[in-house]
Amino acid sequence: MPCERISSRLTEEKVMPETLIAANGIEVVYRARRRAGRGEIGGVKVLHGVDIYIDRHETIGIVGESGSGKSTLGRALLRLTEVTAGSITFEGRNITHLPDSQIVPLRRRMQMIFQDPMSSLNPRRSIRQILTEPLLFHRVATDKADANRRVRRFFERVALPLSCLDRAPHELSGGQRQRVGIARAALLEPDFVLADEIVSGLDVSTQAQTLNLLKALSREMGLAMAFISHDLSVIRSVCDRVYVMRHGVIAEHGRCDHVFAQPKDPYTQLLIDAIPLPRIDPGWLTRGTDGGNQ
Amino acid sequence: MDETVSLFEATEVIQAQSGRGWRRRLRTLVTEPKIAIGGGFVFLLAIVAILAPYIAPHNPLDQDLMATALPPAGFAGAESGYLLGTDNLGRDVLSRLIYGTRIALIVALVAAGLAAVVGTTLGLLAGWYRGAVDAAISRLVDIWMSFPPVLLSILLVAVIGSGVTSVIAAIAIIDWTRFCRVIRAETMAQAQQDYVLAARAVGYRRLRILFREIFPNIMPVLLALVSLEMGIAVIVEGILSFVGLSVSSDTPTWGGMIAEGRQYLHQTWWVLAAPLAALFATVLSFNQLGEGLRRALDPVLRR
Amino acid sequence: MTNPILRISDLNAISDLDGRPILRGVSLDVAPGQTLGLVGESGAGKSTIAKALLGILPRTVRIASGRVVFDGRDLRELPERELNRIFGDQIALIPQDPLTSLNPGRRIERQLTDGLRLRRKLPWRQARIRALQLLEEVRVREPERVMRSFPHELSGGTRQRVLIAAAFALEPKLIIADEPTTALDVTVQKQVLRLMRDLQTHHRTAIVFVTHDLGVVAQICDRVTLLFEGRVVESGTTAEMLETPKHPYTKALIAAGPRYDRPDAGLQPVGDEIINALRADIVASDGRESHA
Repeated sequence: MPCERISSRLTEEKVMPETLIAANGIEVVYRARRRAGRGEIGGVKVLHGVDIYIDRHETIGIVGESGSGKSTLGRALLRLTEVTAGSITFEGRNITHLPDSQIVPLRRRMQMIFQDPMSSLNPRRSIRQILTEPLLFHRVATDKADANRRVRRFFERVALPLSCLDRAPHELSGGQRQRVGIARAALLEPDFVLADEIVSGLDVSTQAQTLNLLKALSREMGLAMAFISHDLSVIRSVCDRVYVMRHGVIAEHGRCDHVFAQPKDPYTQLLIDAIPLPRIDPGWLTRGTDGGNQ
Repeated sequence: MDETVSLFEATEVIQAQSGRGWRRRLRTLVTEPKIAIGGGFVFLLAIVAILAPYIAPHNPLDQDLMATALPPAGFAGAESGYLLGTDNLGRDVLSRLIYGTRIALIVALVAAGLAAVVGTTLGLLAGWYRGAVDAAISRLVDIWMSFPPVLLSILLVAVIGSGVTSVIAAIAIIDWTRFCRVIRAETMAQAQQDYVLAARAVGYRRLRILFREIFPNIMPVLLALVSLEMGIAVIVEGILSFVGLSVSSDTPTWGGMIAEGRQYLHQTWWVLAAPLAALFATVLSFNQLGEGLRRALDPVLRR
Repeated sequence: MTNPILRISDLNAISDLDGRPILRGVSLDVAPGQTLGLVGESGAGKSTIAKALLGILPRTVRIASGRVVFDGRDLRELPERELNRIFGDQIALIPQDPLTSLNPGRRIERQLTDGLRLRRKLPWRQARIRALQLLEEVRVREPERVMRSFPHELSGGTRQRVLIAAAFALEPKLIIADEPTTALDVTVQKQVLRLMRDLQTHHRTAIVFVTHDLGVVAQICDRVTLLFEGRVVESGTTAEMLETPKHPYTKALIAAGPRYDRPDAGLQPVGDEIINALRADIVASDGRESHA
């Protein structure tokens, strides 16, 4: 299969062969299911031509407010949402319209961690089943015993008590569920992990713990990560590069330190200004927005 | 997102509950009052039905013209040996009641089971695959449900002939749509959940996700529906045998007994009262069982 | 503090289900026209205090002892009739989730005028005019259109402004804001915070602001009370708490948050020793309580 190079991806920062995932001109339309005569009516365009790339071992952030399309972009990269235009490549191979049978082996290499650990773990399965089945399915583990061994090792790594294994998800605490979600992704030893708002709604100390764990794991396992969040402060602390999204387009992107020091797009500046820092700053409230309703 | 999580929860060890997973769950199930009472009665009925030949004091078909219209025990004129009295042909009400249980339960189980299998399968497929499959099945359900059920059952009996088979067929053919609708809605709701997306992210095939991930979560609703359906089936059987469309008049059925009892209500009210009470208790038990199952199995998600 | 609008003294609340203490001797003051930040992680008890102040404590939670003095009167001693006149009228709520807090089946104009017609006995037309004025005060665009809309037709920010308008409608002396900006986008949050500050200055309302976000606290609160598992750990002015925190837990919480201005600082999880020390303290004082 010929390797397709992404010609539009010219940056001054990275060398091309390092690229793991690249996407060009991604458009996604959610169709409104209406059977009015022939064809469909309506359909909301959620992504309007997005270009993005992730290199091996790097952590990028995708930040935006609600409706920016950041979650949709993440799922499009993982081929969990159909794109209506544009191309996605994984290690140079075009996977945009790959049929299911060929995508499945790739799935092992690109995994996802979800925001709500309650709804992302099947309530009718035990933790052990949830974690060992993918290992057996993708033959990462040779047999059940091997799968269990791997799971146990990982539990020790992330300080999860082994007693959780034979429990159902609702019997675990929220922080434990979150770590099971991380385990599910990491156990498959993927090349790429998408973390979709995984710390929103967590207490600040649990958030710190989870983020530190993720950073450590990504270093140890050489993972590439895309971190979706609405919280710029979190992105700053975790990511190397950042993409700022607004209304389905990329408003700005670049290395974190550059973007934060000198944002080129006024929207980025707006987002940065809107973050309340835990320090006394009397002018903060009146700076920037005029207080009007958007 | 209104439930923030604390570090301290995360490092705490969750108190171990006694017993291993499924045994513990079984215990909680059985001790739930509605399940215990409803399920207990249904179990009792099953025993009665199976052991009918051994526990019925008389042959239900035996007519004793010397002992007609005897009142039940405790009333003036009652005779020992006929606990619930006899009807106008001298047949023992209690024995007929006991044998009637067989018909009632067979119809309940088989009809509800058939309706469930057909309706659930179609509902699962419609809810999961959506698109053309859903359109076709939903259209089918809409058309099917627009037929008046009574007409349909009479038609069926006219075609197949009366008997247990046609009663079962009539109920299953009419009521599968109920299952289809509910299961379809449940499937669609479950399909929105993140764990389904997670399963897709692992790479499981669609059919596997439907049966191994989604279906176990549909089970509580399904079980509750089946219980309710069994109650409905018993009533429908009663109605059909009341109008003479069920089994032949020899085999005792509760509905048949009610029809006969209605004719001689003033002389032998017990012939009507006994099967009515049995019907009432049975349907109530199925409903309680269903309600209890729904409650006991569902909170798993809401805790 | 002289003449606080709210003074809670040594409040103890217990769960009826298992006898677990939910609030342990909580004391705090709110001065008229000022904002008190009620901060803590989940399970700290901030929601419980908020609910107690609004009379909506769940039935399984019981106040065991303590005083809640609002505007000079102890709420625990008042008859139900009096309490009903206070809750929802002189003490109002800005809830957390604007989506579920509004009745999806009623238009905004109905929901905004409810309180005015019920509590102030205003006739419909006057109430509607007042509601429009409120919408303008909270800087809603096209207030007429919003009035006639249903909640699902409005954006999250607009819905929250409607809720703020509803809270200020009866000119309460105290507003309980229960994480009012947590569900909002960060740019909208800033607008809403500014709006709340302006309204507070204009109406001279005191606010108890429940939140877990120390950044928000820094920008909008005058004083802060930090809770842990039902107990006050530290309290003081915002400047004191953030710049010169005394308790190790306070310091740890501040250090745990991510900082975009200091990317190498932050993300320090709260150490186990601090938690254990706090818990040991709690156990000791619980023991003293039960023996008292």
